[in-house]
Amino acid sequence: MSKFKKKKDGGLPPVNTAALPDIVFMLLFFFMTVTVMKDNTLKIKQSLPSASEVHTLDKKDPVIYIYAGEPLDQFKSKWGSSAKIQLADSFKDVSDIAQYVLAERAKFRQDQQSKITTALKVDGETNMGLISDIKQELRDVNALKINYITIQKTE
Amino acid sequence: MPKRAIPEINAGSMADIAFLLLIFFLVTTTFETNSGINRKLPPPQEDNIEPPIIRQRNIFTVVVNKNNQLLVEDQLMEIKDLKKAAMDFLDNGGGTNDAGDRCDYCQGRKDPESSDHPDKAIISLQNDRETDYKTYIEVQNELVAAYNELRKREYAKLYSGRDYVEDDAEYAAAKTSEEAKDKLRPRLERVKKMFPQKLSEAEPKKN
Repeated sequence: MSKFKKKKDGGLPPVNTAALPDIVFMLLFFFMTVTVMKDNTLKIKQSLPSASEVHTLDKKDPVIYIYAGEPLDQFKSKWGSSAKIQLADSFKDVSDIAQYVLAERAKFRQDQQSKITTALKVDGETNMGLISDIKQELRDVNALKINYITIQKTE
Repeated sequence: MPKRAIPEINAGSMADIAFLLLIFFLVTTTFETNSGINRKLPPPQEDNIEPPIIRQRNIFTVVVNKNNQLLVEDQLMEIKDLKKAAMDFLDNGGGTNDAGDRCDYCQGRKDPESSDHPDKAIISLQNDRETDYKTYIEVQNELVAAYNELRKREYAKLYSGRDYVEDDAEYAAAKTSEEAKDKLRPRLERVKKMFPQKLSEAEPKKN
């Protein structure tokens, strides 16, 4: 009888999970530090065009974003279905671009201000007329470096 | 005072709480990097400036109409053929540049009807107000690709097989050290000068 009892004792000891919270906390801190909260909620459709000759915009680069495209379905009743411009998180007119760009430019450090890129994140179905108007506005405020944001096409 | 025994705090659910937070941050994290085609806009112009006179053969006209069709040098063309056509035009080297030099690195046909020198060759792009942005980007992409391919060819020849596109990306990256940038700059500038990007965009047509 005692032989059987002994065998039962020699079973697997429970795994020590005391270090589990530490591991999880480590992962948690990693993700907490790398997370960037989205600052702009997009109110427009964005199916970006694709291109192969692209330059990557670094996180450290001074970039001003301008979005354009057809409003999302929940905004269509108020804003219509034709392509709109979005600056920060609201719909704006072409004539507001100049002021917005100047205000954003002033937020960057002095030595970065000459290196600012204006990134146009525009839906593929948009008409070029709107883009040309935006470009004209950007020329007027001397924001000449632009970048058409695209999806990288793999060959 | 009698010693009161402090009961141990049960830390069993700590892992659960941490997991909850972890999952929240996992979901909200986006490793998003944006990339796109870099272009430079022309500076604002005064109205009364007379445009310089450019010979017709030095201009490569690309027109995109409102149905997203391409007209290149007055001929209908598919987008996939555009890069080849643009490269033939830029690389032609049929004459001399302003300094009177012939293009000794061009490998084109030396057609007197096409461009004189890469210095003088201008690509003119005109689109309609109703052209799709998608088509416009495709056209831009092909034209930039034409320049890049020619530069790549010369760069590999001059600097023993190095890749122009890779070096250019390294130069543009923010994390590259200043020393490395100083080393790359003259090389890149030399090749960029051989095939200067002269891509002019006309005001879109109104209907």
